[in-house]
Amino acid sequence: MIYSLELKKAFTVSIPVLMGYIVLGFAFGLLLTSFQYPWYLAPLMSIFIYAGALQFVAINFFNAKVGFIDIAIASWFINIRQSFYGLSLLKRFKNSGKLKPYLIFSLTDETYALLTTIKDDNTLNRKYFYLFLGLLNQFYWVLGSTFGALVGSHIKFNTAGLEFSLTALFVVLCIEQYKNLKNIFPFLIGLVSSIFSLIFIPSDKMLIVSIFISLIMMFFFKKGIEK
Amino acid sequence: MSGSVSIDIYIAILIMVLVNYFTRVFPFIFFIKKEPPEYIVFIERFFPAIIIVILIVYTLREIDFSLYPYGLKEIFGVFFTAILHISIKNYLISIFGGTIFYMALVQYL
Repeated sequence: MIYSLELKKAFTVSIPVLMGYIVLGFAFGLLLTSFQYPWYLAPLMSIFIYAGALQFVAINFFNAKVGFIDIAIASWFINIRQSFYGLSLLKRFKNSGKLKPYLIFSLTDETYALLTTIKDDNTLNRKYFYLFLGLLNQFYWVLGSTFGALVGSHIKFNTAGLEFSLTALFVVLCIEQYKNLKNIFPFLIGLVSSIFSLIFIPSDKMLIVSIFISLIMMFFFKKGIEK
Repeated sequence: MSGSVSIDIYIAILIMVLVNYFTRVFPFIFFIKKEPPEYIVFIERFFPAIIIVILIVYTLREIDFSLYPYGLKEIFGVFFTAILHISIKNYLISIFGGTIFYMALVQYL
């Protein structure tokens, strides 16, 4: 096969994502079918939406029959962080031609983290390496969620507390972020703004208000953060 | 009830597909020619850390911290996951272990 070196390298670096996505995807599929939704919604959502946090939150949208405009706004805020990811990849994706739309689509938290951590290997064809990495990661996610949904729709067991897998994912990502950033300030801003809205704001508006407060605090304390 | 999904769910999924792709493609549409302004670079650098903490708290929003057991199960779950990840440094073990620990607290305590 022509790009086998690129595929091999992509597989090697994607192993941590493989483990995380299989487990988390499985949890998503299981949680979805625990509310009696059909199993095929899991692969459908994982192929076309492909955003972990949003897919979990989507189950709440379905259950609560949230309005379409609210879904659009909430989805945008949940994923707004992804708009900042692309900024650091503008140059690296520049010459990727027809593959570019998919490379952009495949930019999840984990894929972005891998892409920005790994140094470009000049012996490899970059755009195919990026493509394989994106495809493999999405494949793990689709596989995990389909498997979870199939298991969940055939075997009934007590899933109480399963939604914590999402919290656990964010805790892990938070620790990884701290290792990269080595600056406690933004984490404290996130904590203060979210606890404030947890106490004073109705839970359906909490996410939007927390983001808004944290952005204000961020610019208020800009000098301190950048030190 | 396999097969009987309301059309609303498909519309909701389509909306999420479009909004999600828009958030990812946004910088490639708007900053392709010029360098992003300084405040965007600042947000890009520090906002991911903020949003992750917000999302942790957001996932715990249904917990009533004023009633017994005062959200202690969730707090223990978060600490357990964090300790696992700091000591073993393996995504699988941290996410799986933390979730099982929390499920045990919820189901057996």
